[in-house]
Amino acid sequence: MTSSAKQFAFEWFEGLGRGALLCREIFHSIFKIKPVWHDVVYQMYSIGVKSQSVVTITGAFTGMVLCAQTYLEFHKVKMDTATLAVVSVGMVSQLGPVLTSLMVAGRVGASIAAELGTMRVTEQIDALRTLATHPVDYLVVPRFLAMLLVMPLLTAGSVCVGIFAAFVVGACLLGINPTYLWYNMLHYTNMNDVMTGMVKTFVFGAIIAVVACDKGLNCPQGAEGVGRATTEAVVYSSITILISNFFLTLVLNRLLT
Amino acid sequence: MIIEVRDVKKSFGALPVLQGVTFSVEKGEALTIIGASGGGKSVLLKHLIGLLTPDAGEVRVGGVNIAGLNERELLPVRRQFGMLFQGAALFDSLNVEENIGFILNRERRVSPGEIAHRVEEVLEVVGLSGTEKKRPAELSGGMRKRVGLARAIIYHPDILLYDEPTTGLDPVAADAIDHLIIRVVQKFKVTSIAVTHDMRSARRIGRRILMLHEGRIYADQTPEALFKSSDPVIYRFVNGIADPQEELNV
Repeated sequence: MTSSAKQFAFEWFEGLGRGALLCREIFHSIFKIKPVWHDVVYQMYSIGVKSQSVVTITGAFTGMVLCAQTYLEFHKVKMDTATLAVVSVGMVSQLGPVLTSLMVAGRVGASIAAELGTMRVTEQIDALRTLATHPVDYLVVPRFLAMLLVMPLLTAGSVCVGIFAAFVVGACLLGINPTYLWYNMLHYTNMNDVMTGMVKTFVFGAIIAVVACDKGLNCPQGAEGVGRATTEAVVYSSITILISNFFLTLVLNRLLT
Repeated sequence: MIIEVRDVKKSFGALPVLQGVTFSVEKGEALTIIGASGGGKSVLLKHLIGLLTPDAGEVRVGGVNIAGLNERELLPVRRQFGMLFQGAALFDSLNVEENIGFILNRERRVSPGEIAHRVEEVLEVVGLSGTEKKRPAELSGGMRKRVGLARAIIYHPDILLYDEPTTGLDPVAADAIDHLIIRVVQKFKVTSIAVTHDMRSARRIGRRILMLHEGRIYADQTPEALFKSSDPVIYRFVNGIADPQEELNV
């Protein structure tokens, strides 16, 4: 193992430990201290509404390209009408949650880390503490709750748009029979796939919020520190999402089937 | 005794910053801590309010050792303090009114009308009436410090901490901040602890001066005694002499 790989692994595990402690503090705050719902709603707007366009575009083009690629292979074995079913199952249980989360990690995770990091280096977080306010109560909990609430909605929107875009491509561009296309999609997409996708969005939303807040709250001093925290928030949350997606897929398949 | 610091030690990595600091502060006292830049003054101040935890020693506030308390246990202790930061540390996302009324809005014990009234009152004390809707980015350095002070006094704390209150200000603005600190101490009858390396400011706002040197309290005197001291370390510091030999030649 090279020294940089060792350092990366060390930092990843160190972050995991800090994240666990932060989670404990978040749950303590949620259950023992009332969250300020006005702050949560503001964060839902900031995280959810402002991410809608990027997530919708991602969903649409992912559905379209998946449809085109699947059709090219399925056409060889005369299974054209199963194209949308593959797109649907793939989008609902895997691509929808993962790609939406990666886009949100890039847009929102970076923004949270940069905002909290700047607050830390300009002593605003210390000022909060001197004003008898726990940073987790005021800064982390609203973002965490907002992320949990908006991620399923963003993912559902992205998946629906993706499937619809794939349907349009399949029926209008590739000339597949729209009735069979739609029927097979409904027939092969079952509730377990939807449940798998939805559970993943909660977990991925929590990962983004915890990693980004942790990186921001523990940001090193100076402009370089804020830049580093922002980059790390995106990289670490993306990697954690991809790794946890594998394990979640195995566990949820076992639990739900 | 409102604050008692006993043999506090703090290092950052291999660098020892505080090497056994001991002092106490009486209720209502106006104390100034002076010392070289990077000498640990701000570190010491942050220990008093629990923003930093000592490696060894005790910090007692109202008889309670805060060194062993966790972040949540520290919250009620911090309610006794108000702190003015070096860069004011105003919240960028909030306007002046929201910054000053922050703690009252969070606690929700006071009605919004009462909060607005108290914000108006403290803004008048710091001489910034009419700036309620301004953003921190629209304020000058001196104005930001005044707003920071207004935010620290709105909930009538028992102890006020000032971290380099005049650093980065022009002499006139620094003079105005000094007068404001003196006025606030007199009006609200608070215990005041200021950290500074501005000797004019230290002389005016403190009734007692501690000098931090090489991680320890080197002197604990009244301003008059300290500024007349013939001790070479104190003399060089208060008169700003880097090299005594050079001073003689000049």
